[in-house]
Amino acid sequence: MKDKKLRGLSLQVLPFSEVKDMTISERVNKILTLVLGNKIVILHGRLRAEEEARLIEDTMVLVDHVRDFKGIELAVIEPDLRDKNLFVKMKHGIAKRLVGDNTALTVIGPASVIKEIKRDPRKIELFLD
Amino acid sequence: MLRIIKSFSKRIFRSIFKRRDSIKIGFYGPPNSGKTSLANRICKDWTGEEIGVVSRVPHETRQVQFKERVEIKYKGKTLTFKMIDTPGIATKIDYEDFIKYGIKKDDAKKRAKEATQGIIDSIKWLDDMDAVIVVLDASENPYSQVNITILGNLVARKIPILIAANKTDLKKADVKKIESAFPEYEIVGISAKEGHNLDEFYEAMFRLGKQI
Repeated sequence: MKDKKLRGLSLQVLPFSEVKDMTISERVNKILTLVLGNKIVILHGRLRAEEEARLIEDTMVLVDHVRDFKGIELAVIEPDLRDKNLFVKMKHGIAKRLVGDNTALTVIGPASVIKEIKRDPRKIELFLD
Repeated sequence: MLRIIKSFSKRIFRSIFKRRDSIKIGFYGPPNSGKTSLANRICKDWTGEEIGVVSRVPHETRQVQFKERVEIKYKGKTLTFKMIDTPGIATKIDYEDFIKYGIKKDDAKKRAKEATQGIIDSIKWLDDMDAVIVVLDASENPYSQVNITILGNLVARKIPILIAANKTDLKKADVKKIESAFPEYEIVGISAKEGHNLDEFYEAMFRLGKQI
């Protein structure tokens, strides 16, 4: 069996302010360009549901056209509010509407680098290839 | 003004028409969660024929499949709908994963190419659904981003959802974990393979139909 060693890991932090005013296409394109460069993108905030769907669609187009590109691993880390009281949930909801979902972090990386992302409400684990 | 009236009457007409004849219920979920097994089970129970082929190799369904008219009669009620079985949604496709199941390299590459197109088609079809049954494998971790993305997109489109927590025949199956991950949705634990708990599932389908 070949001994594989991790040679390096490139993380790119993307502040939400940098993608805030972009269209869906531009935003997804920006993320995928970084991922194609073998970077793990950490987006401050989260994509909207339709943007996540678009990200998957565009990823599949790339899998079809870019040699050795197998796709992405994607996970969103959010504060767990399930045990919090209604006031805390409301406060979080209002803040989300006013300034965007800045409490979340989105991790997007190439599937060739991140083998698997395991998550539950309290933790997230990245398994690297 | 005339345009507003026209569009309003068109919407009313469409909603009446939709309720009577052409309810479209989609089966969505990650690969290998048992969407086609469940669709087959329903089709076989109510039309006598299956909708598609199932396999232990992921991405067996790579094209959207239809059953034009399925009529479920249960406790004096009837639910008629068009069934749409979709390819499993994933964020990655690696042809080498298919080789592990004994598929030849060229066929595995072809399968991967078809699977990517299938995922794109599944996502495009979301806009056309009237209601969706999200089929999840109850023996897998429910907190995967694909599950969250599918549910998020259905909520954003205001499409009624029923979650089928499938494969309850497996030892590892944990319906409670799915309930705790997605407490805001109706969840029914079933085994499409063994036919467990389908009565409760059909009752839930009627409730889903009422939400359209």
